[in-house]
Amino acid sequence: MSTPPPPMPQSAAPDWQAAPNSPYPGYTSPIPVVRTHLGHALTSEWTKIKSVRSTMWTLGVFVLLVVGIGLLTGAVVASSDPDLGGESPLSLGFFGLLLGAMCIITLGVLTTASEYGTGMIRTTMVACPSRGRVLAAKALVFFLIAFVVTLVCATLIGFLHVAMLEGYNAKDPSGEEWLKGTVGVSLYLALLGTLSLAIGSVVRHSAGAITIMIGAVLAPLVIALFMFSSSLQDVQQALFEYSIPNQMSIFYANSLTESGPSGWDPLWIMLVVTGAALGGAFALLEKRDV
Amino acid sequence: MIEAVGLTKRYGDKTAVYNLSFQVRPGAVTGFLGPNGSGKSTTMRMILGLDNPSAGQVTIGGYPYRKLPNAPRQVGALLDAKAVHGGRSARNHLLSLAQLSGIPARRVDEVLGVVGLHDVARRRSKGFSLGMGQRLGIAAALLGDPQVLLFDEPVNGLDPEGILWVRNLMKSLAAEGRTVFVSSHLMSEMALTADHLIVIGRGQLLADMSVTDFISANSADFARVRTPDSEPQQREKLSAAITEAGGHVLPEQDGALRVTGLPLPRISDIAHDSDVRLWELSPHQASLEEAYMRMTQGAVDYRSTIDQKAGLQQPLPPGMQPPMPVPGQGQPGWYAPPPPQQGGQPFPAPAPQGAPVQAPAGPYGAPGAPGAAPGAPAPNPYAQSAPQAPQGPAPAAPSAAAPPSAPAADLTKPEDAR
Repeated sequence: MSTPPPPMPQSAAPDWQAAPNSPYPGYTSPIPVVRTHLGHALTSEWTKIKSVRSTMWTLGVFVLLVVGIGLLTGAVVASSDPDLGGESPLSLGFFGLLLGAMCIITLGVLTTASEYGTGMIRTTMVACPSRGRVLAAKALVFFLIAFVVTLVCATLIGFLHVAMLEGYNAKDPSGEEWLKGTVGVSLYLALLGTLSLAIGSVVRHSAGAITIMIGAVLAPLVIALFMFSSSLQDVQQALFEYSIPNQMSIFYANSLTESGPSGWDPLWIMLVVTGAALGGAFALLEKRDV
Repeated sequence: MIEAVGLTKRYGDKTAVYNLSFQVRPGAVTGFLGPNGSGKSTTMRMILGLDNPSAGQVTIGGYPYRKLPNAPRQVGALLDAKAVHGGRSARNHLLSLAQLSGIPARRVDEVLGVVGLHDVARRRSKGFSLGMGQRLGIAAALLGDPQVLLFDEPVNGLDPEGILWVRNLMKSLAAEGRTVFVSSHLMSEMALTADHLIVIGRGQLLADMSVTDFISANSADFARVRTPDSEPQQREKLSAAITEAGGHVLPEQDGALRVTGLPLPRISDIAHDSDVRLWELSPHQASLEEAYMRMTQGAVDYRSTIDQKAGLQQPLPPGMQPPMPVPGQGQPGWYAPPPPQQGGQPFPAPAPQGAPVQAPAGPYGAPGAPGAAPGAPAPNPYAQSAPQAPQGPAPAAPSAAAPPSAPAADLTKPEDAR
């Protein structure tokens, strides 16, 4: 019996529910059966993500961090340093967003991993056997939420900083600087969150996935800090340049280093990494037992 | 209609389910029984496409679950009552599931009413009791108004009223022509609810037959005979006479005799002929639980032992009696000795491989295992008083009945009834 028996003939019509030639009486539901698609999964995931408190908490803390720290930095700079030396006031928003990234990472991981923690994933996968569709819907809904919330916060704090630091010899931000400091960094953070979501789906454990993601954000900087040896200087340099905080700072053109990624590069890097992680998550989800 | 063919699941080198073939038909409640760890849940998960079988396949209406168009509208399942996100309200939980399969939102309120949760619909499910969680799980299963329903331990944690409700719900769902597949440990519940049984042990099929066939195939109906306590020699006399007449006698702890192989009137006649007074002559018919216990005795993975507390107990003071062990604790096989026609085999050999086993000829007619063959449903010698109907439940299994040459089977047949 090592060979599986041949599949039974699938001559039954897709509308087998009616089963006219079945020897057994069937049951036909009066509720019309519709063909499901990604749209259904999207509304479902939207209902899910807005109906748990962790979403409100993480996003609430995120807004608080970005706006609060932004206001604080603005106030401190305005009171202590009257001359900005022609620097863009938008760059002050960086600190809040860097800390806020932790919230986005947490929410991204929770979107997928919490279903594994609670067992909800089995209910979901029974309700939608197309596993890829579920993950795609989760990723899309989360990406849009993360992007919109970050964009609103970044734009708000950008305007506040420009207004607070008017007359402090600050540079008037150009159109591209505005674009990078709002849309660009928001896309980057949303992608970072989506990467966390993919990692959550692969690791299937909330705490584990959050730890991995926070490690990914902090570890390169910390490791680079301890690379005193001159033979490791290139590695140290690369770790600094490609660490996530430095990549984020590039959107404000106040990179820690002069070489390395510049302009919109971080976005493309993150896009590739997230795409790869999502691809892996999709493949594993299809293959593994739930 | 659920159909499994050669279903096998291995986790590493542990085989959870091996070569399982069965059919679950519409219009009936099919019970799914087995000891803990026997592969029930794994089988259910494979039916629902959550686990991929290592070999074989299982289809619902001819399709593997993951290929079904809009699966939740065809199949509803309660796998694990706690498989919900505790932070979400009952209504939102069901709403998200409804949206996933394009079910109108008003259906959510409908099923909440059906399971009696409408008052707590907006409360977070974290605070639900086990019974409420179970109701929520049943609501999720009913959401798509499906034609096939799977329930894993549906009455877990329900109050008596809830158990009655689930029982009637299963029956009414089956009466509407749906396929209902229920696993449970509560034998009394299964005896009341299920029409058909599928029993597995250690991942293999043990039985696939109707409940009545199952009970008669796996239990020894016996007569309890009690002679006056004051006259033990009468007991000896009766034992000898019954054995002579072809019956089997087993003494019970309280001095009664357990007689198999003879109908009640015959026992009474024998007693009268040998001049023995009887204090009790009562028929004893096994319950589903007893039949199940006997069948799965050899297939239990997790068996309790006596709590020895070795080296932890104070030595008993001299003169004190050690406490009597409660019957049943750490005493496998206390359920009543195997019926004589079973030949001491605790459970039958695995079903013949390949075709799905049909009731009740299947697992007992294992070819090449003559010891198992006599386990076919024996005529119940006590159930009928009319001697012209000796073949009570037996004619359903003419092929499985032992050939006339099998001496063991002959012993069980009441001669006078023929």
